[in-house]
Amino acid sequence: MKAGDLVELAVRNLRESVLRNSLTTLGIGVGVASLVAMLSLGIGLQQLANRRLERSGLFDTIVVTSRRSLRGFDRRAYGNGQPSAKSRPLDENARLEMARLPNVLEATPDIRFVTEFHYQGKPQLTMVAGLPPSARDKDAFENIQGQFFSSDTADEAILQIQFADELLGIHREPGNPSSKPDANCQALIGKEITLSYAERIPSPNISEAQPVAGNPPNPPQTPPETSSDDGEPAAASFSVVPRERKLRIVGITDQDPDGIRGTSGARVFIPLEMVENLHIMLPSEMRESEPNFSSVPTYLSLSVRVKDPNHVESVQDAIKKLGFNTFSVLDATRNLRRGFSGVDLFLGIFGSLALTVAALGIVNTLAMATLERRREIGIMKAIGASDGDVKKLFFAEAAVMGLVGGVLGVALGWSIGRVINIGTNIYLRRQDLPAENLWSVPWWLVAGAIVFAVLVSMISGLYPAARAARLDPVQALRYE
Amino acid sequence: MTNDPTGSGAVRTEALQRHFRMGEATICAVDGISLDLAAGGFVALLGSSGSGKSSLLNLLAGLDRPTAGAVIVDGRNLAEMSGEELCRYRRHRVGMVFQAFNLIPTMTLLENVELPMRFAEMQRSGRLALAREALERVGLGARHAHRPSQLSGGEQQRAAIARALVNRPSLLLADEPTGNLDSHTGSEILELLHESNEQFGMTVVLVTHEQALAERYAQRLIFLADGKVVVDQPNVPTSRRTVERGPQSEGPVPPRKVTS
Repeated sequence: MKAGDLVELAVRNLRESVLRNSLTTLGIGVGVASLVAMLSLGIGLQQLANRRLERSGLFDTIVVTSRRSLRGFDRRAYGNGQPSAKSRPLDENARLEMARLPNVLEATPDIRFVTEFHYQGKPQLTMVAGLPPSARDKDAFENIQGQFFSSDTADEAILQIQFADELLGIHREPGNPSSKPDANCQALIGKEITLSYAERIPSPNISEAQPVAGNPPNPPQTPPETSSDDGEPAAASFSVVPRERKLRIVGITDQDPDGIRGTSGARVFIPLEMVENLHIMLPSEMRESEPNFSSVPTYLSLSVRVKDPNHVESVQDAIKKLGFNTFSVLDATRNLRRGFSGVDLFLGIFGSLALTVAALGIVNTLAMATLERRREIGIMKAIGASDGDVKKLFFAEAAVMGLVGGVLGVALGWSIGRVINIGTNIYLRRQDLPAENLWSVPWWLVAGAIVFAVLVSMISGLYPAARAARLDPVQALRYE
Repeated sequence: MTNDPTGSGAVRTEALQRHFRMGEATICAVDGISLDLAAGGFVALLGSSGSGKSSLLNLLAGLDRPTAGAVIVDGRNLAEMSGEELCRYRRHRVGMVFQAFNLIPTMTLLENVELPMRFAEMQRSGRLALAREALERVGLGARHAHRPSQLSGGEQQRAAIARALVNRPSLLLADEPTGNLDSHTGSEILELLHESNEQFGMTVVLVTHEQALAERYAQRLIFLADGKVVVDQPNVPTSRRTVERGPQSEGPVPPRKVTS
């Protein structure tokens, strides 16, 4: 029999006992719905976790450091006129090169140093970090009070809440880490804070530091002695000049300074480009055995952000080939992913239970149908149906029930997931938490669920179909 | 078996046996029947119930397989055919009419008549035209959209004949086609079978226990008892004569109009 005829006959047969077949189909629908609802929640939670991880900046970031301390590294020739260098410096050229690698979003220098701030005349010593504009989207600045930097060169600062408290002289309960920026901190926004720093001036003519007038709390720093034993050019000498810069406080973040963030330990954040333009003398530069005092800035470490955590490994390899050390928290994500596929599997098995029950319903319905339609099967065989035709017909009936049940189930499961999502968000809102989408129905889940339903139904139809095909037409037609 | 002299629709059985096991006992439903049925003939199988006539018919139809012996239709031995070949044989060479009509109750007449052509994998458009034509030939053209339950017994049997003939078989097997009908309607049905036999020239094997009816239409009467042929005699159908003598009070109806 042709496929079209087969399906047509199957559908008309199913419509003959509407109630029983719709109940069976509904059973499949409920089974598929529970599967879809479970998996959509599992996938949704995984996506939520992934979104969180991506925004944390932990898993899509590679920290790059120089290999200077490593000996015997067969580095590529690097044409910046320094044949004596033992390995490649981590400088601006290297940064640009990394930024051009495929799947790299940005490569930003990690600028972090301890310095002194003045607020209303009172000095405070703390760690300050430069922030690239992309940090705006990280969850660290999700609950920011005020706003993020207006531009990457603005003279603005974001304070960590505990630092803000110290500025104001507020003492919070140590056991209450979930302190949010409150009205007191609000008062700081818009105020000015003075950053004291030491500027490095790579001019050979300036041999002595020129203190900027009117800076009593800033003792001038002594320029470090530059080594000239291997014949450094005259540019190797430089001066350090103490300077000050007034910054406007634009925001206050509740980020934990001791958390494992890319900006760990910092309590004041300032725009990265602005801080680079300050040419601050960083402690790392004093440690350099072969300092590069050319006009190209050198960095202690760089943060390379990739498009998504899947690309971390390949980018890491590429950077290693450029001649640098890398570090990432890739393995942690791997374990997390494995954990989530375990959760998905569990939810899938749980959801499949209902489908198994539904499959038994199909076996029952079709097995009853072979008894009921004994005579019909006999007639069909007498007028020319082959065993295969009869088998295929029952198969087709099972498949149609599976298809209709699958579509029904996906719609139902979609609705269930949606309701759970809405309910959870109402709960989250009551708890003053931001709404989250913890439910996702990707197209492959829709297609997969329907295909799975049809497959399960057809497997359920195997036995009844074989039974119908085996039926002896003489026996079937004998009794009246 | 290959040098069968007769043409399309010729049936021969050779020492045909069909035994059934019922617990300890073996029932010889067909017990060594050898027959030669000429193509295009109208043969009646007569006998009381349990004489083996229906079992013989099932063997001729390829619905059942013999325990021993051979059934040769158009030179091919059904006993040696595969299941698939038997199915094709039933589909294209045999039409069956039953006592219980055996129309599929959930289908309309048109769909019932169309069904054999579905199994024969014919094109849909051709199928519908042929099914309508077959229904019109038996006088049910106007009722093609009805279900069997909405029709009288005679009408159902006419639809069953339309279904049996729609694939133009060379062998028409009728198993007590008048058993569930009153005598008047039964005559109508046999008249229809007779017409089809004359018009299309297929071999007709009629199983019945009504000797009078058989004598009216059959060219040969075969009496069975206990699975064996007891009498095998030629017969001159009386139906022509009755028609020529004019209508009687309970005689056969005038010949049905045949659409061409």
